[in-house]
Amino acid sequence: MLKDITIGQYYPTGSLLHRLDPRTKIIATFAIIAGLFIGINFISYGLVTLFIFACIFISKIPVRFLVKGLKPLRIIILITFLINIFMTSGEVIYSFGRFNITREGLYLGTFMAIRLALLVIGTSLLTLTTSPITLTDGIESLLKPFKKIGVPAHELAMMMTIALRFIPTLLEETDKIMKAQMARGADFESGNIINRAKGLVPLLVPLFISAFRRADELAMAMEARCYRGGENRTRMKQLNMTGVDFISLSIVGILLILLIYIRIIA
Amino acid sequence: MGQMITTDKINYHYNNNEKEVLALKEVSLDIKEGEFVVVIGHNGSGKSTFAKHLNALLLPSSGEVIVKGLNTKDEDKIWQIRQIAGMVFQNPDNQIVATIVEEDVAFGPENLGIAPEEIVKRVEEALRNVDMFEFRQKAPHMLSGGQKQRIAIAGVIAMRPDCIVLDEPTAMLDPSGRKEVINTIRKLNKEENITVVHITHFMEEAVDADRVIVMEEGNVILEGTPGEVFSQVEKLKALGLDVPQVTDLAHELIKEGINISKDILTVDEMVMKLCQLK
Repeated sequence: MLKDITIGQYYPTGSLLHRLDPRTKIIATFAIIAGLFIGINFISYGLVTLFIFACIFISKIPVRFLVKGLKPLRIIILITFLINIFMTSGEVIYSFGRFNITREGLYLGTFMAIRLALLVIGTSLLTLTTSPITLTDGIESLLKPFKKIGVPAHELAMMMTIALRFIPTLLEETDKIMKAQMARGADFESGNIINRAKGLVPLLVPLFISAFRRADELAMAMEARCYRGGENRTRMKQLNMTGVDFISLSIVGILLILLIYIRIIA
Repeated sequence: MGQMITTDKINYHYNNNEKEVLALKEVSLDIKEGEFVVVIGHNGSGKSTFAKHLNALLLPSSGEVIVKGLNTKDEDKIWQIRQIAGMVFQNPDNQIVATIVEEDVAFGPENLGIAPEEIVKRVEEALRNVDMFEFRQKAPHMLSGGQKQRIAIAGVIAMRPDCIVLDEPTAMLDPSGRKEVINTIRKLNKEENITVVHITHFMEEAVDADRVIVMEEGNVILEGTPGEVFSQVEKLKALGLDVPQVTDLAHELIKEGINISKDILTVDEMVMKLCQLK
């Protein structure tokens, strides 16, 4: 079940996109998201699509892998599409009974569906090309200027690192508890949704207890290794932006300006 | 040899459901530089509580702990003390912070504020010391228990401590993982001259220590070389503690009237002694 989700997965190919500074990629991703909301017609979306596909090509990640990541979201995309088709008022082109399909609705529905799909592909491209740890480093470094207004940059990054570190450990533990409960006759697979949800309680309670115990021990181990927050802390890996990063950011910047321009003239 | 850690009559009590529990009673010990000390005892004998006093994770209710001339009660010196006396815990999963081996080893030096180039050097050195260099890019959850524990040890030695306190580092490992960890600790003690305080309940691990300390209910009840401690088979057994199998065998042989020394600790020694019998 968890294997289908490509958001948050890392797919190493060693491409140019992988080697970019994480900050460049984070900024670019946000720019593209903004671009998707600025874009109002198919020309601007064509530009964004072209850009994203160029990135996919450079990243050497197979397209079908990215499309697979859309699969869990297909229902949401379909619902968005249908709601827009039926709920938009305008020139009716087809109607069944009380429901009318309008030209404007068809246009808006397609538009929304493409926007969602591009949004997901764009953001998963970020995590697919950036290892979690570099991503956290990037976020920490980008948030640093906001420290003065009280954004806990280091703490957020540390929490993300620890969360990522413990995902496999806790998954393994869940599996173990589940097997132990099944060995004693617990049933997680049959019954209706309510019964199944009830069945999860004996699974979650021991999982939470053990997670808290782990947290306690980890805190002690971190203290024993002289951890005292972000003050005076150095990093082994230093981030540095190179020429390629600046060129990439310029390209994204030009794209964004173009999208704004299209919006103004349209 | 100079003093590494001195504890002077430390008491430690805590409240458990409003009941006062005395976990350590007047424990006074000296640990010398370069020494390999093994602390053995039951669960609840106070050995882990004792270990946590050695790097100021716990402070004594009364008495004093001096680490290389620094008092653990001195709050300004607390980080210096933790750098001098590193600690490895029982559960390897709960002491690894980062998602990549080398990042985890770098965690300690990063906290000390060491320059990045120096950290890279220390991480490499530490990983080579525990024989895990080729795993530096791996994710910790893909490693075996023994390997994870060696990473934890590397994380401590990257901070260049003078002393490592290991709180039952082998309790959750299989026999081969246990051997890996023990060999690593031994090597660090012999080659890097790092003082080791090893807390365990496996008697076999105490056999080649410089000194063995036996704890029971918060007291130190026996102290001496492994030979001296384990030759008191009766006393240890009365406490419900094991002795190494070979020592037990020697003890049984003596009871049967065979003239053999009672402080035999290893199979090789036993073979030697038995062959010399006439």
